[in-house]
Amino acid sequence: MNDTRKNANRRSGLPPGDIVYSILTRCAAGAVLLIAIGIVISLTGNSWPAIQKFGAHFLVDTTWNPVESEFGALSSIAGTLISTVIAMVIAVPLAVIIAFFLVELAHPILSKPIGYAIELLAAVPSIIYGMWGLFVFAPYMADHIQPALQRWSGDFPLFSGAPMGIGMLSAGIILALMVLPFITAVMRDVFRMVPSVVKEASFGMGSTTLETAQHVTVKYGFSGLIGAVFLGLGRAVGETMAVTFVIGNSHDISLSLYAAGNTIASTLANEFTEAAEPMYISALIELGLVLFVMTLIIQVLAQWWIGRTQKKAGAGL
Amino acid sequence: MKLVKMSAKITIVAIMLMVMGCGKQTPPQANQETPKAAAGDAGDESPATEQNEDAITLTGAGATFPFPIYSKWAHGYKKVTGTKLNYQSIGSGGGIAQIKAKTVAFGASDAPLESVELDEVGLIQFPMIMGGVVPVVNLEGITPGQLKLSQKVLADIFIGKIKKWNDNAIAKDNPDVKLPAADISVVHRADGSGTTWIFTNYLDKVSEDWHSKVGTGKSVEWPTGVGGKGNEGVAAYVQRIKGAVGYVEFAYALQNQMSHVKLQNRDGNFVDPTIESFQAAAANADWKNAPGFYLVLTDQPGKDSWPITGASFILMYKQQDDAKVAKEALKFFDWCYENGAQAATELHYVPMPKAVVELVHAQWTENIKSGQTALWP
Repeated sequence: MNDTRKNANRRSGLPPGDIVYSILTRCAAGAVLLIAIGIVISLTGNSWPAIQKFGAHFLVDTTWNPVESEFGALSSIAGTLISTVIAMVIAVPLAVIIAFFLVELAHPILSKPIGYAIELLAAVPSIIYGMWGLFVFAPYMADHIQPALQRWSGDFPLFSGAPMGIGMLSAGIILALMVLPFITAVMRDVFRMVPSVVKEASFGMGSTTLETAQHVTVKYGFSGLIGAVFLGLGRAVGETMAVTFVIGNSHDISLSLYAAGNTIASTLANEFTEAAEPMYISALIELGLVLFVMTLIIQVLAQWWIGRTQKKAGAGL
Repeated sequence: MKLVKMSAKITIVAIMLMVMGCGKQTPPQANQETPKAAAGDAGDESPATEQNEDAITLTGAGATFPFPIYSKWAHGYKKVTGTKLNYQSIGSGGGIAQIKAKTVAFGASDAPLESVELDEVGLIQFPMIMGGVVPVVNLEGITPGQLKLSQKVLADIFIGKIKKWNDNAIAKDNPDVKLPAADISVVHRADGSGTTWIFTNYLDKVSEDWHSKVGTGKSVEWPTGVGGKGNEGVAAYVQRIKGAVGYVEFAYALQNQMSHVKLQNRDGNFVDPTIESFQAAAANADWKNAPGFYLVLTDQPGKDSWPITGASFILMYKQQDDAKVAKEALKFFDWCYENGAQAATELHYVPMPKAVVELVHAQWTENIKSGQTALWP
């Protein structure tokens, strides 16, 4: 009985379970591609009136005037980039240090609960960060950190203007707090995957812990670390609610990090609900398209860079 | 491998749950369809009691500003009649889009639509409830209502022309107030909102500068300042930033105990924002000669009128496909006009005056029809 079934299966090629499985996986994978293409088509289609009216000018214009239906995305693009850069500058070094501490230095009694705490932080909804940022963090910034920075830096233009607590710098710091757990968690896993044989070899050569970390652990897992950074970057670029609460939502570009700004995501969150005029909606959707393209560029750059460094360093992961 | 197995199991369980959930949900949905028709017939003679399963569900969508009072009214109306209201406060823009797409029985908007736009799709609008927008400040040692701002000064502050609190233009109207030499930080709404529409409409009326530079809109290109999300965002920013001035709905100013200012109205008097001063503005409004109820209550005449008052509007189709639902909607609105005044005042809204309600009733009879039959009364 068993034998005949086996034979039958052999005759028709794969067993039916495998055929279903292969069709199912192909459909699922294909669906992702279709969805991505669908997003591009509908974004482009709906933003067509704005693309036709403003052209490339849209990308370099700071005007955002719903009354006159004149729109430009420059302040939103700049705000998105600046807040993300601030977030990454703060979060990445911290994440490397925390992950390294957890894997290499901390006793398991300590590293386990800290590890759980990090995963817990990653699960906190962004609106909570936003509320906390507005009601707890922004006042603290206004009263303590911002005046101190101004005293310390003199008349440095980055820290000029009234210390209001809200603005680009606060948004960047909140973003950093939000992406920190993501980056740390991935980096911790990357460090863990570095084979102990390699590290032991380094110690055997007489390297100190720091030297092993610099020349072996980090180098070995470099592409994994870059992957972690871009995971955080992707989240920071598109983060909406938390940023909306603390960034101050103004369509100006200012040299000062204390000034209010806006990001693409925050502008969409703020203005989509009450936008009724077709050109206004179209301009907002074009903003969405710009964000989509920005994310795509970041992804492509990340892949390209990982490929390049892998060849150069001959890293393991 | 273990992970794959586990996730496969989880997926299967999830799918089963979904299927089971759907199975359970389907019968009541199917049931709802048939009694709906029956309820309409019976509803005319005997009002349904609470927990009546045959109840109609009214759907509406739109403005966020009147959402608290609409839900309170809906709660009260359901107790009396059993009719449920499902009102989604997705914003005026969304409300207009939804009623145009005919996904809801009525739309709601804080800004009135112009007759051209109404006629294009065959809609009528009528005012449902009124409220006031109040400028608030954060100045040390200044109590609510102590600071007086004239029309021009308020506009100049929001344009960014007046930058310091001790500017002569402000001091002129406030001889007995000690004004600090602090910078003025303007706070406005970041999200598109009916509140902003009413506020900018007022500034547009009283200031030439504002009219030529900014204009009226649910969101505008602000010459200066920072934006908070929602009334609560503006309230939080104003309370945080020393020397800030912003504008919020009256209820938010009261709840957060913020320092409102006395504003100069069209007759030149400085008035406090109160339910009475909003009512004064509404009473002096000339609804009769406003075709399609296109009337904005800002800068109304009268010595006690609060200058930044606004009404929120309901949008319905003139030609109704589903007469029963439309009739029930009109009954609900009528019930709100008749019995909802106290609830409105408790939430710091201003109910529509009797005379205006009569005009609205006349509009209904004249315009809202199913085929040739009028649906009201």
